[in-house]
Amino acid sequence: MASGHSSTEEMAPKKIKKERPAVRAFKDFYHRLKKNKAALVGGYLIIFLILVATIGPFLTTDGVNEVNYTQKLESPSTENWFGTDHQGRDIFTRIIHGTGYTLLVGFLSVLMGGIVGTLLGIVSGYYGGKIDTVIMRFMDILLAFPGILLALAIISILGGNFINVIIAVAIFSIPTFARIVRGSTLATRELEYVDAVKALGAKDSRIIFKHILPNVLSPLIVQSTLQIATAILTASGLSFLGLGAQPPSPEWGAMLNDGRNYMLDYGYIALFPGLAIVLAVLAFNIFGDGLRDALDPKSKK
Amino acid sequence: MAQKELLKVKNLKQYFPIKGGFFGRTVNHVKAVDDVSFEIKEGETLSLVGESGCGKSTTGRAILRLDDPTEGTIEFNGEDLLALNKKEMRNRRKDIQVIFQDPYASLNPRQSVYQILAEAMEIQNVVPKQKRRERAIELLETVGLNGDQVDRYPHEFSGGQRQRIGIARALAVEPKLIICDEAVSALDVSVQAQVLNLLKKLQREFNLTFLFIAHDLGVVRHISDRIIVMYLGKVVEIADKKTLFENPQHPYTKALLSAIPTPDPEVKKERIVLEGDVPSPINPPSGCRFHTRCPFATEVCAEKVPELKNHGFMEEGHRAACHHVDEIASGELGPKY
Repeated sequence: MASGHSSTEEMAPKKIKKERPAVRAFKDFYHRLKKNKAALVGGYLIIFLILVATIGPFLTTDGVNEVNYTQKLESPSTENWFGTDHQGRDIFTRIIHGTGYTLLVGFLSVLMGGIVGTLLGIVSGYYGGKIDTVIMRFMDILLAFPGILLALAIISILGGNFINVIIAVAIFSIPTFARIVRGSTLATRELEYVDAVKALGAKDSRIIFKHILPNVLSPLIVQSTLQIATAILTASGLSFLGLGAQPPSPEWGAMLNDGRNYMLDYGYIALFPGLAIVLAVLAFNIFGDGLRDALDPKSKK
Repeated sequence: MAQKELLKVKNLKQYFPIKGGFFGRTVNHVKAVDDVSFEIKEGETLSLVGESGCGKSTTGRAILRLDDPTEGTIEFNGEDLLALNKKEMRNRRKDIQVIFQDPYASLNPRQSVYQILAEAMEIQNVVPKQKRRERAIELLETVGLNGDQVDRYPHEFSGGQRQRIGIARALAVEPKLIICDEAVSALDVSVQAQVLNLLKKLQREFNLTFLFIAHDLGVVRHISDRIIVMYLGKVVEIADKKTLFENPQHPYTKALLSAIPTPDPEVKKERIVLEGDVPSPINPPSGCRFHTRCPFATEVCAEKVPELKNHGFMEEGHRAACHHVDEIASGELGPKY
């Protein structure tokens, strides 16, 4: 607040900079995020990956699936930065083209899983009772499966392709979101202003979307970021197992699988897609951790 | 005073289940409000007093149907609120509003004052969209705030000002009855007086009826017409303000009143100190719930639940729930200390 701000009711100072709490909170949050160097690096990495995914494919000179048997299994050189694979395709080009796939799987699956999970969590926490028990027990069942196993099971039902990987990873991230949102909803539901709005005769939908949802947003954002990392890892894992993106698409997990047979002699074929996965996962993880610290009201000074 | 009854609460019970055991069965109940009946006349201020945990707030929340009561009827203007379905109740909520205790928790920090007030008008559709801003400013001025503060956010106001915003929100839908749930307890004394005077002024202007829930007898004395004293989920005494303060009949009321500090150090008052704590509302004492702490208790008190009634010699409308009102009044039965 501006210093020298008079507190008397009548003397409303004219030149006070009015900011919506949302704007103020965002500035505050950015300020704290800036102090966390690791998170900032994560954030820049994510921006970098997005740039690579969007404009990268237009800048590469080789075709993604340009097979060239005269130069297969070549080591990294100025010609082929990351070398070529067993069919003579340029690995660097393929990784650039694969970035989009990876990010798309991460964002889309978390978006879908997040929306469904949030709705289930809010309904569960707001209404409580039997609805709560049924939803949360079902979430417990989903949680009881190891993540990759659940995704495998879903893929084997739906069949292996790119869209189904997104769906599988989305389903597997639902319970995490539902739990987090339910917890925050339980806390928010008890606030007096929710009672006040209820006493005014507001419909449940208004209370849920206008008064409860904004309060569960910050844990939700943190969880989404961290969940994107998990989603990328799971999707790559599925592709590696041959259940996700099908060849010849340049998905990183699938490329890793291609390189597996040549690992001992031509390690770089597997190394570079592997590094790319590590980089993406790391970026989202450290950015998510930084977000959590920055959004945590307890860490406020 | 032949006013019409605005709200009639009959045999209200609010039991909260205690879940336990392996399968989350209900093992017991917290009997927060146990068989409470009273009525509020139009235009009056009825206070509900009692110590923490006696069920006064629960009664208020039950009338608002924020928690659905276990049993009983709540008649508002001759219509049973508990029989209404969700949609009908939403429309009826226009008539009954609430002011909460904590001015910091009762306003959504993400909404500006205008948004808060406009939302109230929008929900009940009392003011057309174009006129809402004008009305919001008018409401702010009614509760003693500046109209140009309408675009500010709750954090820019002090506790007393926030409470005024809470009052403005309640007024926005033009209610008939306002339940003030400890509405001034969180404010400091000078601000308390301002808010109380504001409430009184509003009552005269808009012909409001108040159900005033409080634990501070000084505040209650200032604002009430009639007072209900509650103890452990039951009504122990009802009387108009003057009678209750000058001529209390129930031993619990007497003990409560004796705890009001007197500003004159020369005046020696008989201080009645109650022994022990309030018993648990899960297993309330048998008979008269107060018998475990009552200095006058006899055997009958532990066995029979006393009826809330006028004991003949008392003023009209004055009722107390005690077996020994007559004996205590005549001096036949003395305290055991």
